[in-house]
Amino acid sequence: MEVTETLTGANAGVRRQRLDADIVCVGFGPATAGFLATLSKQLVNADGTPAVESTVMPGVPPQVLCYERADDIGFGVSGVVTKARALRATFPELDRAQIPMAAPVVEEKVLYLLDPHGASRRSVALRLADRLIRTFNWMLPFEEHALKLPWTPAFLHKHGGMVLSLGQFMQWVGAQVQSTGTVQIWPGTPIATVLLEEDNSNVAQASSPAGSAGASPGVSIGSGTLPQPAAGTDCATLTNRSRVVGVRLLDQGVDKKGNPSGGFTPGMDIRAALTVVGDGPVGSIGQQLDAHFDLPHSHHKRDWAVGMKFVVDLPENTMLKPGTVLHTLGYPEPEIFGFLYVHPDRVASLGIFVPSWFDSPARTAYRYLQHWMLHPYLWRYLQGGKLRSWGAKTLGESGRRGEPHLVGDGYARIGEGSGSTNVLTGSGVDEAWATGTQLAEAVLDLLKAKKPFTRQNLDETYVKRRRASWVEREALVAEKSRDGFQRGVVRGLIGMALVGLTNGKLRLGREPLQPWKRIPSLEGYYHGRITPNEIAELHAECAAKGVSLHDMVMDKIGWPAVPFDGRLLVSHQDALLMGGKVQAPPGFADHVVFLYPELCQKCGTKICIEMCSGQAITRGENHVPNFDREKCVHCGACLWNCAQPLAYDSERGNIAFRAGTGGLHSAEN
Amino acid sequence: MSTSYQIVVCAGIVPDPLQTLEPVTSPSGPALKNEMLLPAVLDPWASHALYEAAHLAKNTPGSKVWLVSLGPKAKLQQVMMTVAQKVPFEFVALDGPVSGFTEVAEVSTILAEAIQAIPGLDKSKLLVFGGWESASRGAGATMQMVGERLGIVDQFQGVDELKVAADGSLEILERIEGGKHQISKCAGPPALLGWATGNLPEPKNNPQVGMVNMRTVMPALQKAKPVKFAGDGLSFANVALPKQLRETRIVKDKSPDDIAKEIVDWIKK
Repeated sequence: MEVTETLTGANAGVRRQRLDADIVCVGFGPATAGFLATLSKQLVNADGTPAVESTVMPGVPPQVLCYERADDIGFGVSGVVTKARALRATFPELDRAQIPMAAPVVEEKVLYLLDPHGASRRSVALRLADRLIRTFNWMLPFEEHALKLPWTPAFLHKHGGMVLSLGQFMQWVGAQVQSTGTVQIWPGTPIATVLLEEDNSNVAQASSPAGSAGASPGVSIGSGTLPQPAAGTDCATLTNRSRVVGVRLLDQGVDKKGNPSGGFTPGMDIRAALTVVGDGPVGSIGQQLDAHFDLPHSHHKRDWAVGMKFVVDLPENTMLKPGTVLHTLGYPEPEIFGFLYVHPDRVASLGIFVPSWFDSPARTAYRYLQHWMLHPYLWRYLQGGKLRSWGAKTLGESGRRGEPHLVGDGYARIGEGSGSTNVLTGSGVDEAWATGTQLAEAVLDLLKAKKPFTRQNLDETYVKRRRASWVEREALVAEKSRDGFQRGVVRGLIGMALVGLTNGKLRLGREPLQPWKRIPSLEGYYHGRITPNEIAELHAECAAKGVSLHDMVMDKIGWPAVPFDGRLLVSHQDALLMGGKVQAPPGFADHVVFLYPELCQKCGTKICIEMCSGQAITRGENHVPNFDREKCVHCGACLWNCAQPLAYDSERGNIAFRAGTGGLHSAEN
Repeated sequence: MSTSYQIVVCAGIVPDPLQTLEPVTSPSGPALKNEMLLPAVLDPWASHALYEAAHLAKNTPGSKVWLVSLGPKAKLQQVMMTVAQKVPFEFVALDGPVSGFTEVAEVSTILAEAIQAIPGLDKSKLLVFGGWESASRGAGATMQMVGERLGIVDQFQGVDELKVAADGSLEILERIEGGKHQISKCAGPPALLGWATGNLPEPKNNPQVGMVNMRTVMPALQKAKPVKFAGDGLSFANVALPKQLRETRIVKDKSPDDIAKEIVDWIKK
């Protein structure tokens, strides 16, 4: 067995085992699934002989490995409605009946929800619109405090598509891919770092942005001093000409800070000619590549949303048919969008998106989700239902504007983390899948031509395909479609309509701000509704009780109490234990790290605590939050939400979100 | 005395214990609601048996471990993605229903036949391991009946420890009432051990072990023998979850004594 030595970084100097493969994939999401589904079918000829040969094991097909962070494939993903164009291209004979919880789209509605409580924060324009709707409701498609939009633009439609549980779909795809015998998918195996190499063959692991699992030369985690501007890697000799030569798995048997403890097992180095990075919007390897190679000029990743959802058993007498798709806007806050997708057998996926342009410093997806469910229009469908599982994830909403360098020597990026999401149509799974298939076709071309996976070769095959595809064409139209939301919801909606109806020729709004610039103080945000003295009192009371602030703030401004029923309306803590449940295997380091305590100490909003989807971030000593790995659902909301920028990189906050194990055990999401 | 073992581990798959389970009545009898939608894991009791088997094989040169598992092929494949990274074994797959409601006698017959069909099996070296109980079945009868069908008379249940003496004899710690262990000795294989929790931690994932195992796992799945249960003479009078009352509070800063006191107070209420 070969052994390699790391030069720097976490547990530096530790001798590590090495495994050689031809292709290593980071993360098993829709993009990697598309990649593997396409690739795996073409690695072996009909007579069983290799269609292309491995370089590490001559005479057999290429060794293709995929490592997934979550404890099983299909954990920690989301429910979707999709046109499924790319999926059908890969599986022309796709039989929906094979995929649990899949249903064809039969009905779509977009609803504007009015506020029955008067507690939401609405602009003058919206208040006026609400008044007009209520006055003329007799002549409008209005019922139960909701207006059904009489017309929606075609670009929002999902006719001909399907409602899916992405968890169930990923399990199904995983079975298809694995059954070919040409690909191995290993869940429960996070990848810690990407391995980079210079021409002189030095190997180093890139750091996580703003610090790796261990101390790096310019980045001292938990220290009392701010670092000097860092190059983004642990090894100063590495440049942006360095090539990716594989990945390093996460160390096992370490303490919270990553130091060796009982049963220390160094993460293995997986060396491969091609590293396929499909680890989503908050993936550790994607972040490291962004930090090391930087984003292309004028690109940035500033727009995001936290999606939180329930899977619900609908009441026995439900009137909702499988394939029904409801989208909502306007409530519980104008900035928050909702969805309800109906699966077969009286099951629904439903939830909300809390976007980056919702400026509340006390934003909480969980409480808002409950108020959304309780809206009269929706509650009549949900009352008597039962929570089956719960989950949350963040979505990169920058679209093509957030596209990183798609390829480099030894690596290629696909899926959501590569900027494939269409931010106009709100479609991401189909696009991610398509980028995976495009890369697979490119890789097969290169393997057959016996060409190496260089930046140039990948550019001429994968990137060329992607640029010529519908994914790129539609992404270009969508690129600036949400800029209007930077100036308010009404302008945002008008801006989207303008872009959609003019094919991108007209747009409205401005370049998105960095997330931290959009987070106001509590006093400023609630000016006129809660006095600074009252906020100080709430702060003190919450600190004494060790709880986050948002519930008390929402109570104060008039949100009604949530009537817990133990079935569907349950406490946040109970949701963590029902259906999904969170698991955190022992022996791994914390994956959420507050880099510089002094920045936390001066932070007034502590929005990371308010926004945490799993209540894993709580008040801590000396005003530095605590992180509890046993509650983390790995949604990544903390990464986006931090209100404190780093001195040397204003695009990043003071929270590092690294590779980690565990998370939700739910396959229905 | 130096010897080697052929260790066959019987391990079923069960719904991930973190899921909420609900019994329902299906056309073919009782079942768990949405069982095929739920993520599955290797039965935790049998997992301990597998880890103990791998440990024994590692320390006894020339030994080998087989893992015999009954379940729907697609689910078995998925579970193997995780299990195969843990310890080395050769996989024997049986494609059939997964449920705690199948008849033990039939399950044990199928498992015993699968063990007997393993090529090159030498009964004088055979140790059959499994879970004393199961996460889907609390009767603790399956392994006992597997042993009977294989003609193994030395059986031990609730095993927490196995030591091999210098003369090759086996010293076995079995759980008995009152939180105590009974120490038994037997001359050696063949023997059947139904494991409780053992003493070994869950092995860490090892990609190289996974790659080696996968060379046998995928072919085993492809040629998995389909299994059907007759279910003759089996009837269920009633299937229900125990009534439960949930009050959840997660605390990190309380002593075990305080937590125990609070729970006792809560029960008394």
